[in-house]
Amino acid sequence: MNSLTIRNLLVRGMLAGLAAGVLAFVVAYFLGEPRVDAAIAFEEGHSHDHGHEVEVVSRAMQSTAGLATGVLVYGVALGGIAALVFCFALGRIGRFGARTTAVLLSGAALVVYLVPFLKYPANPPAVGDPDTIGQRTALYFLMMLLGILLAVGATLLGRRLAPKLGNWYATVAAGAAFVVAVGIAYAFLPSFDNVPHGFSGTLLWQFRLSTLGIQLVLWTAFGLLFGHLAERVVTPARQAVAAEPAPVAS
Amino acid sequence: MAQTIAAPAAGTEAPAPLPLKAIAPWALFVGVLMLVLLYFIGAEQGATSLLSGTDVHEWVHDGRHLLGFPCH
Repeated sequence: MNSLTIRNLLVRGMLAGLAAGVLAFVVAYFLGEPRVDAAIAFEEGHSHDHGHEVEVVSRAMQSTAGLATGVLVYGVALGGIAALVFCFALGRIGRFGARTTAVLLSGAALVVYLVPFLKYPANPPAVGDPDTIGQRTALYFLMMLLGILLAVGATLLGRRLAPKLGNWYATVAAGAAFVVAVGIAYAFLPSFDNVPHGFSGTLLWQFRLSTLGIQLVLWTAFGLLFGHLAERVVTPARQAVAAEPAPVAS
Repeated sequence: MAQTIAAPAAGTEAPAPLPLKAIAPWALFVGVLMLVLLYFIGAEQGATSLLSGTDVHEWVHDGRHLLGFPCH
């Protein structure tokens, strides 16, 4: 019965992730793609060797089907992972119902995204030295992992402080500890300055803002949608009594 | 009046936690599968390559940039 509940939550998490991915794709296509195109135009205008690279996948495919593949798979995969975390968090992080837990989880996911982003922000094409891609990728994921571990640590700290300080001050103290720990990590990890000379600052800002918009839409949609679906899985009897007439046997 | 108080009270009641033993197998198999998907979207043929060529990289190129993964 419990395993069935988890399977149901997992399937709904992946479906909610897919739906949220569709919305995120719309944002990525209309807000993000114009900036990617502008950055590629800069890259082609300022490339050192003026010979064109062989185009493996056309721009038209990259900006539509390719982008959709990336964003939708990302939505499904993170929806599945979020559903698993939800199964663990439900009833364990405090007296929260399914919808509130789902929304809190989405907020936590946004924080986990922001932790590496503030140190290693998203870069448009033309920004970023290919020679350091291995190092930047490793540091990006290290920073994300650190963000997850510190967020879990802060949650545990908050729960431990709660009896002494009360919920409000325990949460404030745990939040402050999280910010300080992330700040220390920022101070010690290496930074990269890969923005080429002459690259528009406005374009870089708009590109990065659009990447944040994608995440905001993805996680807001996921939290609300998955919360709605999970509520019906977790409390099916109450929902059935409240919202639906007696089901007819099919 | 009694109804308006009873309804939200039932809604905010914390659900019982799901047992860890039931979550573990799903977390292990599906969790790993999801991470593999994220790897192919985010890093394959960028920082590391399991497959030769640049087809995967080029296909998810825009998504990688816009989702914030270091692309190249």
